[in-house]
Amino acid sequence: MENSFTMAAYVVAGVLFILSLGGLSGQESAKRAVWYGIVGMAIAVFATLVGPGAGLWWLSIPLIAGGGLIGYYVAQKVQMTEMPQLVAAMHSLVGLAAVFVGFNAEMTINMVEAAKAAGESVEGAFALLVAKKEPIEITILKIELSLGIWIGAVTFTGSVIAYGKLAGKVNSAAKKLPGGHILNAAAAALSLICLIWYLNSGAMLPLLILTAAALFIGYHLIMGIGGADMPVVVSMLNSYSGWAAAAIGFSLGNDLLIVVGALVGSSGAILSYIMCKAMNRSFVSVILGGFGGTAGPAMEVEGEQIAIDAEGVATALDEADSIVIIPGYGMAVAQAQQNVAELTRRLRAKGKEVRFAIHPVAGRLPGHMNVLLAEAKVPYDIVLEMDEINDDFPDTDVAIVIGSNDIVNPAAQEDPNSPIAGMPVLECWKAKQVFVSKRGQGTGYSGIENPLFYKENTRMFYGDAKQSLDTLLGLIS
Amino acid sequence: MKIGTPKEVFEGEARVAMTPDSAQQLQKLGYECAIEKGAGEAAGFSDALYEAAGVEIIKTPAALWKEVDIIAKVRQPNETELKRLSKGKTLISFFNPAGNEEGMEAAKAKGANVIAMEMVPRISRAQKMDALSSMANIAGYRAVIEAGNNFGRFFTGQITAAGKVPPAKVLVVGAGVAGLAAIGTSTSLGAITYAFDVRPEVAEQVESMGAEFVYLDFEEEQQDGAATGGYASVSSPEFREAQLAKFRELAPEMDIVITTALIPNRPAPKLWLEDMIKAMKPGSVIVDLAAERGGNAEGTVADEKVVTENGVTIIGYTDFPSRMAAQSSSLYATNIRHMMTDLTPEKDGQINHNMEDDVIRGATVTFEGDITFPPPPPKVQAIAAKPKAEVKELTPEEKRAKEVAAFKAQTKQQVTLLAIGAGLIMGVGLIPNMPASFMQHFIVFVLAVFIGFQVIWNVAHSLHTPLMAVTNAISSIIILGALIQIGSGGFLVILLAALSVFMAGINIFGGFLVTRRMLAMFQKS
Repeated sequence: MENSFTMAAYVVAGVLFILSLGGLSGQESAKRAVWYGIVGMAIAVFATLVGPGAGLWWLSIPLIAGGGLIGYYVAQKVQMTEMPQLVAAMHSLVGLAAVFVGFNAEMTINMVEAAKAAGESVEGAFALLVAKKEPIEITILKIELSLGIWIGAVTFTGSVIAYGKLAGKVNSAAKKLPGGHILNAAAAALSLICLIWYLNSGAMLPLLILTAAALFIGYHLIMGIGGADMPVVVSMLNSYSGWAAAAIGFSLGNDLLIVVGALVGSSGAILSYIMCKAMNRSFVSVILGGFGGTAGPAMEVEGEQIAIDAEGVATALDEADSIVIIPGYGMAVAQAQQNVAELTRRLRAKGKEVRFAIHPVAGRLPGHMNVLLAEAKVPYDIVLEMDEINDDFPDTDVAIVIGSNDIVNPAAQEDPNSPIAGMPVLECWKAKQVFVSKRGQGTGYSGIENPLFYKENTRMFYGDAKQSLDTLLGLIS
Repeated sequence: MKIGTPKEVFEGEARVAMTPDSAQQLQKLGYECAIEKGAGEAAGFSDALYEAAGVEIIKTPAALWKEVDIIAKVRQPNETELKRLSKGKTLISFFNPAGNEEGMEAAKAKGANVIAMEMVPRISRAQKMDALSSMANIAGYRAVIEAGNNFGRFFTGQITAAGKVPPAKVLVVGAGVAGLAAIGTSTSLGAITYAFDVRPEVAEQVESMGAEFVYLDFEEEQQDGAATGGYASVSSPEFREAQLAKFRELAPEMDIVITTALIPNRPAPKLWLEDMIKAMKPGSVIVDLAAERGGNAEGTVADEKVVTENGVTIIGYTDFPSRMAAQSSSLYATNIRHMMTDLTPEKDGQINHNMEDDVIRGATVTFEGDITFPPPPPKVQAIAAKPKAEVKELTPEEKRAKEVAAFKAQTKQQVTLLAIGAGLIMGVGLIPNMPASFMQHFIVFVLAVFIGFQVIWNVAHSLHTPLMAVTNAISSIIILGALIQIGSGGFLVILLAALSVFMAGINIFGGFLVTRRMLAMFQKS
């Protein structure tokens, strides 16, 4: 009786979760959609608590409340520029939880088998469920939970490393241990051997070795990827955390876990796909790390980088009618979004058309720039995607590039030998004038020289983005 | 080191190679500046202005040439001036090295280094010191103004109470820097402007200035100007004939003709012949900017204005830049100043005559007792012209065919994917002894993945970060597993389950709240 109520509640929760993801198609409907998700989660947890098998309320509820408090605190405190780190940290928690739940399932199986052998009865919903299973079902169960543990462990260490890199606690350069991908392959092979060993013996040891191997893969895989590839990494980990939940759902026979895991898994997979497409790189090449080899010598860059001071930029902005701002990770690093927003407000107050062009992989998280600009109260209807704005550059008077590099590199279109050839880029050089706010003369993440900086209509506005904009704001009233 | 500018000795030359502004910039490079008394007078820069800018005034040319280390001037130096050079001095000036063998020999004998401003290579890096271009720009502008001065009618067409005035028709031959400047001036005065050039790649530039490019019906592959360093080259006799035929056709219609055609180191080509001049209407004006090299029009007299029998005025002045001395001096002085900037990389007031540098090497004609003219060809080519890619307009049928093909390809791709997917799923079902309970969950899983793909594709790109945060929160659904397990089993199970519940709790609250916070920030304008 209680069981069927739980099942019904799960269906309701599942529908609410789907609606909450579907609602993200627009900014306004999203504000409603997040409530669907919250209600769905509340229903799911409540139904499980009142459902069969969930005991120890005195333990569960304070734990949820305690976790909730920490979550609330973090959510209120976090800076929008720190979103990538936060997301990565949260993935690691899901991964670790999946590993724990997987181990619990294994221990329950052992316990049930011991009880069966002793002819005793077992307690607890999950134990009862296991007790009813046929031997073949137990085998499948074991495969499922090993899978859950494996994916969970990869997600855990991967996310921890991703967090470290995004937070600047680990050097974000791509690093590999000697042996490179052979080590990963060896660890994967070891995991497979342990799985077979575990299925035959049912012992705990192979499962532990498998976990260790997975932890190593997660660590080593993400250590080998860095910089601008992080958006792919984060969405990939997002996807993994979903698949881990789904795998655990299989082993626990819980449909809601399967549904939600599958939703999250496919969501992350699509995000990874979009990010890869925006960089014109295959998923495999991103995961294997580093930029692909060049097909020939890079095109000679001619001309020189011409610097300009704040007065020059202010004059040009004063004369311009249409302005497009292209933010990148550099804006987030310099925490310059408020200044950018203030500049936008002032220019708009003068009746100029100001718009933002966002490349899909700008920043370190899918949609990172949108969130930063939204935080600084830039209206979202002037923040446009690459495809929406690329055709407008020839009619633009001034394009301002703030802390982005590879996503505005004309070499992607002009130089077939460039490592980023074919990557879709923002064609800002077609604007009448381009200002590039940049720290110094270095290259971007990919290490490729950017011919944009040498174009005749480009002026380099050197210096820290925030300070440069501060000076500029002083000149524009 | 000291840099100085003498008064120009050439008859009628009003320009000066240093202005008070440029002197200030030169001082920033670490140089002392000096100028001959009254050198800037003709260009409107009084000695007082120079003094205010910290420039030393030297009374006589002889003293100036003696005192300074670097001499910047405009016109090619004459014999007396060359005699004043000595070892170690650097002269920056127009020098006409191709036609000034004696001058180079003299400078070589003296051991002076000479930088000829007309030899600055035409590459984008050197544009800021390209004095030929900056002077040509002024000449082009002034040519139109001179033409207007001698032309008895309006440039622009008007309909007035006193009758209709047709617009003037202007033809500009040669769309180099001077030609383009003339086109710009002429179109902004309201004339209907046509332009011709032997380099077809400039058509786009001409049209961007608002003029109409005159195309020839000529099949021969026209030579790309980029191959010759951005300058025009000699054309074949057939091409010349076609060109003249076109001009003959245009001549009766044109009110003003401005010719700017020059080929480096050659006499100017004759393009506007006697019969064309005869065919023009009385009162028409020809301005020949090539007069110094013999002129493009037949009947041009250098430095003079002549009126032909049929009333066509031919202007052959060669001193257009000098006629706007204030403007041309300030541009020329800026060119010199940029040259000095390149010569002084350390900004310490010491010349570093780097013969490895393309620009400096190209412009230097004598260096440390050697004649270094002509220079090797520049490593970087000028204005690379891209062959025009013909974009074919598709006919409606072709478009339709393309759409159908695209649709078919899409269908094919989709069907293939579906077939593979269906095959895999059914393959799972075919595994022997697959328990029913697993298949049940498997169906749910596949459908959920499918729904996920359908739903997520519609998510706005700008909301990807909230999407990640919310999927994070809901992937903490794993809490259900922990909640079920917490009630069954031993101590270790309870401990691990409790930890999981705790972590998932952080995630659920953190994820949803941060999503809400982010979404609330998205405001419409």
